[in-house]
Amino acid sequence: MVELALPKNSKINEGKTWPKPDGATNIREFRIYRWSPDDDDNPRVDTYYVDMDDCGPMVLDALLWIKNRVDPTLTLRRSCREGICGSCAMNIDGTNTLACTKGMDEIDGGVKVYPLPHMPVVKDLVPDLTVPYAQLSSIEPWLKTVSPEPAKEWRQSHDDRTKLDGLYECILCFCCQTSCPSYWWNGDRYLGPAVLLQAYRWLIDSRDEATGERLDNLEDPFRLYRCHTIMNCTQACPKGLNPAKAIAEIKKMMVERRV
Amino acid sequence: MRQRPLSPHLQVYRLIPTMVMSIVHRITGAALYVGTLLVAWWLIAAATSESYFEFVNGLYGSWFGRLVLFGYTWALLHHMLGGLRHLVWDTGAAMDKHTATKLAWATIAGSITLTVLVWIAGYMARGG
Repeated sequence: MVELALPKNSKINEGKTWPKPDGATNIREFRIYRWSPDDDDNPRVDTYYVDMDDCGPMVLDALLWIKNRVDPTLTLRRSCREGICGSCAMNIDGTNTLACTKGMDEIDGGVKVYPLPHMPVVKDLVPDLTVPYAQLSSIEPWLKTVSPEPAKEWRQSHDDRTKLDGLYECILCFCCQTSCPSYWWNGDRYLGPAVLLQAYRWLIDSRDEATGERLDNLEDPFRLYRCHTIMNCTQACPKGLNPAKAIAEIKKMMVERRV
Repeated sequence: MRQRPLSPHLQVYRLIPTMVMSIVHRITGAALYVGTLLVAWWLIAAATSESYFEFVNGLYGSWFGRLVLFGYTWALLHHMLGGLRHLVWDTGAAMDKHTATKLAWATIAGSITLTVLVWIAGYMARGG
């Protein structure tokens, strides 16, 4: 349901301003969302200052610089620091992206950092992704076949393999999922762009033999058709993939199987 | 455990052209209901009596009436262009992000241009 304002317990207060690094001449301001389950306070936005001469070029470098040198309680997920694990997905400078591949030179002025939008917050920049993971398993993202298993492997032509390009690269960071206003308002019933891109990845796989069953499961006013082509997903994807296009292709498959 | 807060969404998300055109498409679509009522009222007035038609015509011809009709013209044209954009998208075409952004700008530029042209044509047809 559309609720434009945040619930009372989620309203954001002005937080603490941390001291500037001593002797630094090249300083960048960071405004970072904070919330801890261990006290009774509402979320707040803290202000930090990073010495850019002592810090790597990416937003993740700055977040870790803050965690290591200013405030060890700042909490975030990160792992690979090269855009392949999808852990450090967050809202930076107003759009969802990966902190590790977002260069600070791409941002004007102070850097605003929030968790992925419209999700329950576990702590600081860590969102609870239980629902999108459950939605992912609901589309059964694995090969489904009825034919007898071949002696070696399931073969696929080069052309059929090419159809998976732009889909298999998805790292499930959920930047697109949580950028979608339709998902904000109907995330309990709408599967969302990341999950639908995965659904299409199995629909279009020449080796998969459950296409009809998969389409049946998606043919629903909410699960699929809450997509209104707002395009935030495609604009957000840090891997340059196109979930909106994948959803349009699913909608086309729905029509084509009827004619 | 304490109830988890909801992370901010509309409050912090950057307004990007495709997103703005999507919500404007919705708003103009809703405005068309009101516009259609204006057309219906005008036709009902014409079918009622000459004096009632004159009355409604007078309202629509006032400066405020014309302002509302100008807005209705824009809403109609903007929603039409947005609809055409969706028709193209339904074929799976023009969906990469740069093309989509260009289409968003084209929709707003096109609707404003067409609205002004329609009104210029209208005033010319009436002879000033």
